[in-house]
Amino acid sequence: MYTIEDILESSRNWNLTRDYFLDRINRLDSKINAFTPEGLYSDASPQADAGQLYGIPIAIKDNICEEGRLTTCCSRILEGFRPIYDATVVKKLKEAGAVIIGKTNMDEFAFGSSCETSCYYPTKNPWDLARVPGGSSGGSAAAVSAGMVPVALGSDTGGSIRQPAALCGVVGVKPTYGRVSRYGLIAFASSLDQIGVFSNSVRDSAQVLGVIAGYDEMDSTSADVEVDDYLSYLDTSLKGLKVGVPIEYFSEGIDPEVKHFVNNVKVVLRDLGAELVDVTLPHTKYCVAVYYIVATAEASSNLARFDGVQYGLRVEGKDLVDMYFKTRETGFGAEAKRRIILGTHVLSSGYYDAYYLRAQKVRALIKQDFENAFKEVDVIMTPTSPTPAFKLGEKLDNPLSMYLSDIFTISVNLAGLPGLSLPCGLNNEGLPIGVQFIAQAFDEKTMFRVAYAYEQATPWHNKHPNLE
Amino acid sequence: MDRFEKVEYLSKLCRIGLTQEEQELFSSQLGDILEYVEQLKEVDVDGIEPMYHPLPITNRMRQDSVGTSMDRKRTLENAPQKKDGFFVVPRVIEE
Repeated sequence: MYTIEDILESSRNWNLTRDYFLDRINRLDSKINAFTPEGLYSDASPQADAGQLYGIPIAIKDNICEEGRLTTCCSRILEGFRPIYDATVVKKLKEAGAVIIGKTNMDEFAFGSSCETSCYYPTKNPWDLARVPGGSSGGSAAAVSAGMVPVALGSDTGGSIRQPAALCGVVGVKPTYGRVSRYGLIAFASSLDQIGVFSNSVRDSAQVLGVIAGYDEMDSTSADVEVDDYLSYLDTSLKGLKVGVPIEYFSEGIDPEVKHFVNNVKVVLRDLGAELVDVTLPHTKYCVAVYYIVATAEASSNLARFDGVQYGLRVEGKDLVDMYFKTRETGFGAEAKRRIILGTHVLSSGYYDAYYLRAQKVRALIKQDFENAFKEVDVIMTPTSPTPAFKLGEKLDNPLSMYLSDIFTISVNLAGLPGLSLPCGLNNEGLPIGVQFIAQAFDEKTMFRVAYAYEQATPWHNKHPNLE
Repeated sequence: MDRFEKVEYLSKLCRIGLTQEEQELFSSQLGDILEYVEQLKEVDVDGIEPMYHPLPITNRMRQDSVGTSMDRKRTLENAPQKKDGFFVVPRVIEE
């Protein structure tokens, strides 16, 4: 039972659905570690009598709050933290009848691309247990890929949904900035973060996004823009649709098999009636540099709240300031410390103009590149990740090489656009490869439409890792 | 300030204690990262307005009326130390 449709066809009884999925999780997760140590809720049940997601189990990333459930961002500094309210996305899912079945593993505070910086343990890629699932929402991607849940939520700041979706062979959607309320999402970088969906089919992602999207007065950055009925656009022909292919995303540094399979997507789309158009996004090469200034600056500011006073860990010191130092030294892992220090540097007096201000100007140029491209095309396609899943430990000692694994996803967050990753092949080692579709702000419907047409024309969505 | 001292200075600004080992490691890694971001200097940004946020939203105000707020007792549930409805912190004023 990999999709919502599978579940609704075979069981409309929560107890049966629950037993099936809990059994599967209990059998498989000891190998994969997609869920956090206390993150499986056998006592959960539907809180609504009916709804379009009635009896659908959904896992959520450990940075999304549910009342009373341990929520730690996989960081020691949030040890023991149990939120006193539901995030808006959790509230909406529950109202639609869905059941939050557990919390998934992640890179600490979403700082990472491999799920290895979690304070608990690394998550393994269901397709090859010696490899990473990607990150930071690696637990959500792995849980969906292994069929332990049909749907999971993640968050995406620079690719944290799309990159693990590609590496685990599932659909991953990062909506337009402001499309989904972030009330109850523990902040990493506030001008980039967005909650999104993992699933095994485009239809399921479209349906769940339809449930969680919309304006929320509890999030002052949520957009007051009407939500389209995404499902009603899925079956529309691609005839006349213009798909942009940015030359900068097909040049150096891409694994040859990734290039091969993503190039095949063009052939399929052309057969479906779309027109492929070369476009240029000239500031692409600066995206990673801009991102690691903007994201770390915002993170250093957001993470100042973890000081041992209001929640989580406190390590006693000789006075207040010493308590701050000791709490944050013990509570944060290496990558969190590295990013807070980098963010502090780029914001510090004397460096602000050279780094932060300049980065925000280049960011404006990156957004402008997309605006120019979208004058010519309806949607843009790129590889999601330059390589398939890499080995556990491979990039852990070299932060810069880890940062570069998000090279094709970061621009979308900087520009505030929606992006979706979809399986488009398996390499000769049997590892999944993903293609990314990027649409204009609030035009998720076009992104879903092209992804659905491609999915229905190809076999990839029916491929699952062999775990038994 | 050399790189090592720089990391020590930054760790003080952000109130994070670092071990000697972390300080050494971060000095070289931050050097690599900063060298990488140097490439932004080659971009012509004359006359470009900085983009702080993807959406054209400015301050959103709610109605100036009394609403419900979080319950005090519940808000303190996660506090490492509390007393009489307050968060407790180590003494900050000298005796």
